[in-house]
Amino acid sequence: MHLKSEKIMKNIGSFQELEKIADKENKKLYEVFQEIESLKLEKSTDQLRDLMEDHLKDMEKSIKRGLESPHLSISGMSGMDSKKLSDRYEKNKSTPFNKLFGKILSYSIAVSEENQRMGKIVACPTAGSCGIVPAVIIAYSEEFNLSQEKLINSLFTAGGIGKFAAQEVPLSGAMAGCQAECGVASTMAAGALVELMDGSNSMVINAAALALKNSLGLVCDPVAGLVEVPCIKRNGFYAIHAATAAEMALAGIKSIIPMDEIIESMKQIGNLMPQSLKESSEGGLAITPTACKITKNIQKLGFN
Amino acid sequence: MKYISIFDIVGPTMIGPSSSHTAGAVRLGLLARKIYGEKPESIKFTIYNSFAKTGKGHGTDKGLIGGILGFNVDDSRIKNAYEYAQEINIEFKTANNTNKHPNAVDIEFSGNTPMLISGNSLGAGEIQITSVNSYKVDLRGDFPTLLLIYKDQPGMIWKVTKIIQEKNINIASLNCERVEKGEEAFMSICLDSLLPAETIDKISEISEIYIVRNFDALEK
Repeated sequence: MHLKSEKIMKNIGSFQELEKIADKENKKLYEVFQEIESLKLEKSTDQLRDLMEDHLKDMEKSIKRGLESPHLSISGMSGMDSKKLSDRYEKNKSTPFNKLFGKILSYSIAVSEENQRMGKIVACPTAGSCGIVPAVIIAYSEEFNLSQEKLINSLFTAGGIGKFAAQEVPLSGAMAGCQAECGVASTMAAGALVELMDGSNSMVINAAALALKNSLGLVCDPVAGLVEVPCIKRNGFYAIHAATAAEMALAGIKSIIPMDEIIESMKQIGNLMPQSLKESSEGGLAITPTACKITKNIQKLGFN
Repeated sequence: MKYISIFDIVGPTMIGPSSSHTAGAVRLGLLARKIYGEKPESIKFTIYNSFAKTGKGHGTDKGLIGGILGFNVDDSRIKNAYEYAQEINIEFKTANNTNKHPNAVDIEFSGNTPMLISGNSLGAGEIQITSVNSYKVDLRGDFPTLLLIYKDQPGMIWKVTKIIQEKNINIASLNCERVEKGEEAFMSICLDSLLPAETIDKISEISEIYIVRNFDALEK
């Protein structure tokens, strides 16, 4: 690579710049993300892709284990809902609607349930939102018979989008609410999906923008402070949300507000959000009468 | 600003459900065990605030124990950590202390070499050991590290760093603290690569060094 482009690669700060440089160099976004990563981590593209392939395999295993597990979570609030979804999907497989929809739903819940029962998952971007990206890309790749290579490309797209968001806003419920967890996971998945379906760079960024724009303001108010209610089912909702955004972008629909400005909005909303709605379990769903009852029972469990 | 890698976003592969309350707990256990340096007989954990309130549902206790046993964040044995730790006498206490970090833990090793290690889980799997016995430290498991407890006397930093210099290994940071002049003192040195065994042997030969610990950075 030329020294000049090396310098540019290291200093790309916005999605606008990113798109401009990628298009100018006639590269897909995932290729630019790989190059930046390769420069910064001092690893070859092959090494990075091997690492990503390991993550992909761990994602696939987490779906499989999640669907097969007969166990509930420690609190007993969750577990085995993915089985209900996959049973329904198997029964209605022939109906076109269920082919993708049923798979995305059951996979996303399977991974999230696996997370809550202390199974092995890939944080993406966080553990609480770990079901969204794997469910969407793996369901699509199965239904459209796509290659492993394309899946790995799409994971670099997802990771790059998340990374650019994380440079502006810390991706944690405690700092910016669930918009920065399930919202960003859905944003990453939307971009990844467009890449998987051979959309242009502009479509990738628009899909991400549409997904994030429609996740803004989402608070983090988990019952008993656990990554469980509403988190697990929310992974299902925001997996479908990602597919919605990707389908819109692939159809040529654009986000009127550009991605960089939406990220700024997320940051502002995160700062305006009261502490009681940022993973402290002191507001919202977490202080409903039912949640208070559940919290009391869980705290009775004790240690040892 | 710290570089945010794509692999900080897609990854790590970990045992759920929480990067701060589970993976962070594992990494606190791992680093504490490295600092303690030998097989523990008996441990009392005191977990504070959010760790205390939500730790059970997040498997924070299992994470801490798993770390003490040397399990990495993606090790499936963490879920059954108690079973693997039957030889160790383990006690958990919960406490509220608003002066402490929301996810704080004190790890008290008893037995042949008693040691009290405190730390915090900072979020996203990042951790910080804040004290070892009465010494304030800031260890995050991100560098190969040399820890020394020794008699406070002139020339100790020179003696130690001279031996490190012989291997041409770069020092990223160095911190010293002492109880009182001429009493016990503590030194922590973060390095760009792990010191080889022969260097550690040489450092151990310096008179009146009581404890030497040399360990690598935690896995990402």
